[in-house]
Amino acid sequence: MTPIKTAIALFAGTGLVAGLAVAGPGPDEDQLVIEGETLITEVAAPEDHPLDTIYSGWRFRSDETQALEIDDFENPAMVAVEYGLDLWDTAAGSSEKSCADCHGDVDSLAGLRANMPKWNEAAGQPWSLEHWINWSITEHQGAEPWKWESEEMLAMTALIGLQSRGMPMTVETEGPMADWIARGKELYYTRVGQLDMACNQCHEDNWGQMIRADHLSQGMINGFPTYRFKWSGLGSLHRRFSGCMKNIRAKPYKRGSDEFVALEAYLAARGAGLSIETPAVRN
Amino acid sequence: MKATGAALAALAALGLAAAAGAETAPDAVQITDGTLAAPLTAEPGDAARGRQLFAGRKQGNCLACHANSDLADEPFHGEVGPPLDGAADRWSEAELRAIVVNSKEVFGDQTIMPAFYRVSGFNRPLGDFAGKPILTAQQVEDVVAYLRTLKE
Ligand code: HEC
Ligand code: HEC
Repeated sequence: MTPIKTAIALFAGTGLVAGLAVAGPGPDEDQLVIEGETLITEVAAPEDHPLDTIYSGWRFRSDETQALEIDDFENPAMVAVEYGLDLWDTAAGSSEKSCADCHGDVDSLAGLRANMPKWNEAAGQPWSLEHWINWSITEHQGAEPWKWESEEMLAMTALIGLQSRGMPMTVETEGPMADWIARGKELYYTRVGQLDMACNQCHEDNWGQMIRADHLSQGMINGFPTYRFKWSGLGSLHRRFSGCMKNIRAKPYKRGSDEFVALEAYLAARGAGLSIETPAVRN
Repeated sequence: MKATGAALAALAALGLAAAAGAETAPDAVQITDGTLAAPLTAEPGDAARGRQLFAGRKQGNCLACHANSDLADEPFHGEVGPPLDGAADRWSEAELRAIVVNSKEVFGDQTIMPAFYRVSGFNRPLGDFAGKPILTAQQVEDVVAYLRTLKE
C-alpha cells in the first residue's frame, strides 16, 4: 500500500488560482472560436442520455481561463505541442525511423483522437491513444515505450489530439465496444471512497453548481490532454479520473487500466458531438 | 477493534458511556427514525471548534456544499446542499447529530452528503482513510454544537 498524505482536502477545494474571477452558476453563453473556427461546446445529447443538452467544460470556466484557450499564442500547452513535433520527426529505436518516416505529416492522423478509445482487434479490447502510441513505438520503431504521464507522451497525445480539434467526438458504440461502454457506465454510477460519491452525483446531478470554489461542469473529456493551472502543465485524462477519485478519498484505478479505458469509452459516448478541444485549458 | 465497539455499545446502552469518559464507536451508533439523541462523547460539543470544522477544507468542509451567512467572512460557499441559515430552527439536536453522523439514514441512500461518522460499507476507500471516519466523535459533537447556534 502506498503511503497517502492524510492532508488531502475533501474534494479539490483548492482549484482556485489567485486573482482569477469565479464564474457564476450554469454554463455561460460564450462561444469558443479558435483561429477563426467555431467549436461545438453545446449540443443536444445523444439518444438515451440522462441530460438534454451537453456542454464542454470550457463553458464553466472564468473568462480569464477561457481566453487562454481561445488564442494559440496564449495557450500554455502549445510548448508541449512543439515538443511533440520534435519527437514526431526524431528517429528512434532499432528501426532508426521517426513517426514521420511512416506517417508523413502529423495531420495524416486527423480524426484519430475523435474516435478514441478505439477497438483493437488483436488485443481484443479498446485502446486509449496512449496505448496506440506505445504500440507503434515498440512494434514499429523498436524503442522503449513512454510512461503514461511522461512529458513525451503528453506532448505526443496533445500534438495528435490537436489534429482533430473542432471535430465531433464519435466513439464507436456498437459491436464489442458496447460491453466496454456498459462497464464504464457502471463505474460512473458506483459510489466510491470515504466520501461515498459517484461521478454522476457531481457531474450529472450538480453540474452548474459551485462546490466551494469549483464550478462543476458535466465532466466531459473532449479537452484532454488538458493544461491545468493546478498541475502547472498538461495532464492525461486518466490523471483527471484519478484526481476526482482521490478527492472523494477513493483508491484510484491505474492509468491505462481496463477500468479507466471503460470509463473513457463511456464518457466518449456520453459526450458525443462535442468538439475535440485538445489541448484545452482549465483551472 | 470490533470487540471494543461492541463493548462501547454495551456501555452506551447502560448509559455509562458518559460516566466512563468513553466515546461511541462508529459501528456502535444506532440512528432511529432519523434521530440520534445520545451524544457520542462525554465532553460537550464546542461550538467555536465546530465553526472551524465547518469551514476547514481538510475536516468537515461543510462549506463546500452549504452556504452559511454566519461564515460570510469565508469566501466560496457551495451550492450543492441547502443553505444552513436557521438549521437549528428546522431540526432538533438529535436530528442534527443523525444528519452529521450518517446523512443517508435521514435523507435516504441517494444523498450526495457524506456520512461523517461511519467506517464500514465503503467501496475502495483510499489508503489511510480506510476504516476511519471523516470526523472524530468529538468533532461530530463540536459540529452539532455549532449547528445548534444557527438560528434565525
Ligand atoms: C465531489 C465532486 C466530484 C466527483 C464525485 C467527481 N468529480 Fe470530476 N470534477 C469535479 C470538479 C470540481 C472538477 C473541476 C471542475 C469541472 O470541470 O467540473 C471536475 C472535473 C472533471 C473532469 C474534467 C472536465 C473538463 O472539462 O476539464 C472530468 C473528465 C471529470 N471530472 C470526470 C469525473 C469522473 C469520471 C468521476 C468519477 C470517477 C468524477 N469526475 C467524480 C468534481 C467531482
Ligand atoms: C457533498 C455535499 C455535502 C457536504 C460536504 C455536506 N452536505 Fe449537508 N447536505 C447536502 C445535501 C445535498 C443536503 C440536502 C439533503 C439531500 O438532498 O440529500 C444536505 C442537508 C444538510 C442538512 C439539513 C439542511 C436543511 O436545513 O434541510 C444539514 C443540517 C446538513 N446538511 C449539515 C451538514 C454539515 C454539518 C456538514 C459538514 C460536517 C455537511 N452538511 C456537509 C450536501 C452536503
